Amino acid sequence: MHFSIQNILFLLVALAGFGLFAWQASRIRANVLVGRDRDVSGNVNERLWKTLLVAFGQQKMFKRLTPALLHLIVYVGFIVINIEVIEIMVDGLFGTHRFLQFAGPAYSALTGTNEVLGALVVGAVTAFWWRRNVGVVRRFTGVEMRAWPKLDANVILYVEVVLMAALFLMNTADLKAHQLQNLPMPGAFPISQFLTGLLPDSVATLEVLERVGWWAHIVGILLFLNYLPSSKHFHIILAFPNVYFSRLIPQGQFSNVDSITHEVKAMMDPSYPVPAPATNADGSLATPTPFGAKDVDDLAWTNLLNAYSCTECGRCTSVCPANITGKLLSPRKIIMDTRDRMEEKYNAPLIFDPALYGQAAKHDPQEQLDKENHTLLRGYVTPEELWACTTCNACVEACPVNINPLDSILEMRRFLVLEESAAPNSLNVMFSNIENNGAPWAFSPSDRFNWADELFVADKKKLEVRS
Amino acid sequence: MAEQTAKRPVSVPLMADLAARGESPEILFWVGCAGAFDDRYKRVTRAFVRILEHVGVNYAVLGMEESCTGDPAKRAGNEFLFQMQAMTNIATLDGYGIKKVVTACPHCFNTIKNEYPALGGEYEVIHHSTFLQQLINEGKVTAQGGESFKGRRITFHDSCYLGRSNNIYEAPRAVLEVLDADLLEMKRCKTNGLCCGAGGAQMFKDAEPGNKEVNIERTEEALATLDGDAEVLTNLRGVESGAPALPAGSDRGGSVIAVACPFCMTMMADGVKNKDRENNVQVFDLAELIASAEGLNA
Repeated sequence: MHFSIQNILFLLVALAGFGLFAWQASRIRANVLVGRDRDVSGNVNERLWKTLLVAFGQQKMFKRLTPALLHLIVYVGFIVINIEVIEIMVDGLFGTHRFLQFAGPAYSALTGTNEVLGALVVGAVTAFWWRRNVGVVRRFTGVEMRAWPKLDANVILYVEVVLMAALFLMNTADLKAHQLQNLPMPGAFPISQFLTGLLPDSVATLEVLERVGWWAHIVGILLFLNYLPSSKHFHIILAFPNVYFSRLIPQGQFSNVDSITHEVKAMMDPSYPVPAPATNADGSLATPTPFGAKDVDDLAWTNLLNAYSCTECGRCTSVCPANITGKLLSPRKIIMDTRDRMEEKYNAPLIFDPALYGQAAKHDPQEQLDKENHTLLRGYVTPEELWACTTCNACVEACPVNINPLDSILEMRRFLVLEESAAPNSLNVMFSNIENNGAPWAFSPSDRFNWADELFVADKKKLEVRS
Repeated sequence: MAEQTAKRPVSVPLMADLAARGESPEILFWVGCAGAFDDRYKRVTRAFVRILEHVGVNYAVLGMEESCTGDPAKRAGNEFLFQMQAMTNIATLDGYGIKKVVTACPHCFNTIKNEYPALGGEYEVIHHSTFLQQLINEGKVTAQGGESFKGRRITFHDSCYLGRSNNIYEAPRAVLEVLDADLLEMKRCKTNGLCCGAGGAQMFKDAEPGNKEVNIERTEEALATLDGDAEVLTNLRGVESGAPALPAGSDRGGSVIAVACPFCMTMMADGVKNKDRENNVQVFDLAELIASAEGLNA
């Protein structure tokens, strides 16, 4: 153990890195918690099982094989290489060198696996970069994929390559320094052993390069960690709780609004006891919550968690029948708008601030809005987008991390209809038909049974007797 | 061979009449607004009743006492109207002590099955695709004695409210299998099925501005699947893997797009008309195909 100033420096850097992340995470948690309450208690086993399949097991990624395999490489690489990060942390704090080497052959297996995975990650990331910038998969385009989301996606790929490069620099320099001094090198380095020729032959320089690689890797990780809250890459953490808290009920089942249930029951039965309206702490009547959602705080907290878990892959939008046929609706935009609006109205993360970034991060306002109407609805999401939805659940089915854009769309439709009476006219006609005729069309209820007139069925028993 | 005159008139039993006699049916057939009013879907209702009559199921309908489940109102955001409709219907159903509901409309099915329980209406709800599958499994329906679909091309269009909404993918396919036809899957099928464009109250409004109608997009896929048109299929949106191998489009006559939903029926039939293919591609509901294969039409 060589305890030195480096260890104190490392301790400070690590504390700063994790501390800053904890601060950012607490601010995002506060953003999510402005959402309305939604009961997600119970069904723990079912939820854990789903998390195991969809989040850990990447079940829904495998609807599309090529990106699923590439993503699997990066995902497994992330998890396995992070075991080595534990070693880096211990070495950094206590001045040990490759402290896991006591594991002997297991350590060789670990370092060897890491090297192979590291190389595969570089390959997969290159393929990802190509799909995004050269071969351009269609779902990586769209109105919501403005400058920041595009830059963000590439930044993530570059950082991953830099982190892998730092790992290889550290290993190669360490290996070569050991070789030059005829010292036994713990671990196995199936990739670095071929890279030693690229480095100089001076042991002193190699030791410096090893330190550079070591520091670059760990500082890079800490910086990346603090970049996550500003990035779509936050999904590497939030995908897990997001899947855990996602709906268990059939996709076709839409929520009922309880306050409306009380009202309707009271209308049908005057003796029905309607619960007393909510009051503030001082006993005054609380402002009633609006029907549906106008702004982010009208959505459930699970909808807001959705927004932070979104990795902007665009599978939802690519299968959306409205989007496929050229309508404005893009489920991904609804989710990205929700996050942007949260960060505009409440806490912004460290790096990305919708206000700082300027207009490029925003969507063109469809109409000039006063401050009161600059909300999620209208300020970001236009009624035209909402009315294009067929509620087909394709977006919900497609999302690899169980985000539910349809839930947010329905809440905003409810606000338009119940608070503003702002449904398209044809839908208002449909509503009044249901009210007056008990059918969405303008048919007389007395004709409802006409279909049964003059109905005959072939009598097969009789037929068989005759034939 | 049999004579065409071997038919009997059907007097569809009304729930009110059964209740007056103190009887209760085994199933309540929930007809739905489209099944009752839409001229095209009335034929599906009548086909399904023929099957019920042929099999001898003890059933009844609500007749004029039935009212919209509230599905389009709810999907359009009008929760108030939905709950009014739901509670009125629940009062009717509960008044008759209904336990089991069968319907040919996936929207009615989804609403009564999933959304009525929280409002106090708990029933066993079965979509007619599942019901027909049961009849086939029990040997009560054999698809013999009527029109032959042997060798004809049929592709099934998944209804969102049956498929993704309620995970019913196999029942309609099992029903079609009994026809001994050449069943072809569209590339966007089952969980990846493409909507016909009518769900979520779209049936009752014009589409927002775009470059295509959803039902045209879907019909093109269905026609390309039936025709074996690989070029159309490789350029489909929303899928990334390669196109499945397809039979060459030699005999294009008499192909069928099978549906199990009144809205899908309207949208696909409009699409086929738009593509000017009514001469050799027809859109049928499962119940119509079975009734006709069983030789029940009279």
